[in-house]
Amino acid sequence: MITRKDVQYIAHLSRIHLQESEVEKLTNDLEGILGYIEKLNKLNVSAVKPTSHVLPIENVFRQDIEKPSLNPKDIMKFSTDNDGKGSFKVPQVIE
Amino acid sequence: MKTYETVIGLEVHLQLDTRTKIFCGCVTHFGKDANSQTCPVCLGLPGSLPVLNQKVLEYGMKIGLALNCAINTFVKFDRKNYYYPDLPKAYQISQYDFPIAKKGSLTITTGEQTKKIGITRAHMEEDAGKLIHSPEIKCSLVDYNRTGIPLVEIVSEPDMRSSQEAYDYLTSLKLLMEYLDVSDCDMEKGSLRCDANVSIREAGNQEFGTKTELKNLNSFKAVKAAIDYEVARQIKMVEAGERIVQETRLWNDEKQMTFSMRSKEEAHDYRYFPEPDLVPFTITENDIEKVRKTLPEFPLEKLDRFIRQYQLSDYDANVLVQDKQLAKFFEDCVMQWNAPKKICNWITSVLKQELNKRKINISEMRLTSGYFVGLIKNVEEGVVSNLVGKEILTIMLDTGRTCMSIIEEKGLRQVSDDNALGAIIDTVLVENASIVEQIKGGKESAIGFLVGQAMKKTQGKANPKKIGELIKGRFQNG
Repeated sequence: MITRKDVQYIAHLSRIHLQESEVEKLTNDLEGILGYIEKLNKLNVSAVKPTSHVLPIENVFRQDIEKPSLNPKDIMKFSTDNDGKGSFKVPQVIE
Repeated sequence: MKTYETVIGLEVHLQLDTRTKIFCGCVTHFGKDANSQTCPVCLGLPGSLPVLNQKVLEYGMKIGLALNCAINTFVKFDRKNYYYPDLPKAYQISQYDFPIAKKGSLTITTGEQTKKIGITRAHMEEDAGKLIHSPEIKCSLVDYNRTGIPLVEIVSEPDMRSSQEAYDYLTSLKLLMEYLDVSDCDMEKGSLRCDANVSIREAGNQEFGTKTELKNLNSFKAVKAAIDYEVARQIKMVEAGERIVQETRLWNDEKQMTFSMRSKEEAHDYRYFPEPDLVPFTITENDIEKVRKTLPEFPLEKLDRFIRQYQLSDYDANVLVQDKQLAKFFEDCVMQWNAPKKICNWITSVLKQELNKRKINISEMRLTSGYFVGLIKNVEEGVVSNLVGKEILTIMLDTGRTCMSIIEEKGLRQVSDDNALGAIIDTVLVENASIVEQIKGGKESAIGFLVGQAMKKTQGKANPKKIGELIKGRFQNG
């Protein structure tokens, strides 16, 4: 059973600001989705291999070989704020 | 008064010594200009795709095997979600339910006792960026060079019962990792980081108490001090009838105290889910055997072998084994001259002291094993005295020259020719007539003083035993 509180908690964890009306709608939607999962849970899947990835491939590697990085000057072009020396600037966070 | 038992589990993050990051080709050098080693993948730009560095999986397997773990034959990555500016994607690619290795152990030695500490798991993940806090301009600066540097996190069972055991676990783990050559294990650079889970319970109690997680432990000494502080704090709370809160606490090295870090508590709901951008990995028995064949001799095995093969004392063997390079240097020397005990003595007493004085390690010194053996042989064969040998060693370390060239240039060859020594002794006896009288009067201990005077005149080049014999001879002959 999904409650409004669950939705508000998840929204907070995801840093999403929801309107009251959205909370109502999402609570119903999520309840519906979980109801569907509940249905799947009742099926006998003992003969089905668990899916860990949608693509039927595995073991894709790269070698430990370096590639050029970007230039900090170019990176700073898409920063909202920076210190002019290549560092991003964000509101103060205290550890 | 109740007695309490301390319960400690450690989480160690190890930066792997690969050329490039875990999921992209950016290099992993330390201390470069901010954001100069970043690309769309490690900056988390939309549309970029991570691809696993094969070396990371290999190192992960090496670490797992060295810790007697089972290697999972099915391995996948998961997203660990939290918001913090050091994490550009707002999730860290880590491993949740199928880590590279699980269920192992590490043997530690505390005093005379050895103990097996369980290893719960070891998993691969990417490191986060670096935040620099700048209170005067009320902002934090973010450098993503460290983002995506490969880490292996090694999680122990709550098997340690004292801060000393935790310290010994870290020392053993670090040494083992140095032997594996998978990380430089430098705590100052942050290549090795440790968090400690600490709780107490009444002695005899089977259930665990509520634990706190200690972070910001910047040295092994800090780990020990923080655990001691935390145990005392928890006992005090329990004795006062208060409840211990499960929380993260930061160690303050200056104040030598832990402080609650309430701000990040909610972030413990990480909502892991499988990383869709990376496909899973299967590891065959054959793959595991291939990696197993690359494993070096481990510290404990080497210790045993040094004691057996070279008849070294436990202490001496341990000093050598504690430094992989030193152990190798020792064996290089023994290969050239089969005198393990003599070589060991010169390394553990004289050479180590000199290296400490110069604040360098053995791989940085200008002295080859061949030259070093040459020096010890010269001392053993009496070409130079022990004392002069030590002086020559310092010159060899400073210049990289051979022992012989220094001996010849400075005329340091030991004087053992009876005539030459006789002349020196004559002078000493004349110059110290009053002492000579005392000795004649029965005060034999004063002979030592005359030996010292004679040694001084030869600038330490004579064999003191020989001088002693010659001087004694003078008195016996009247």
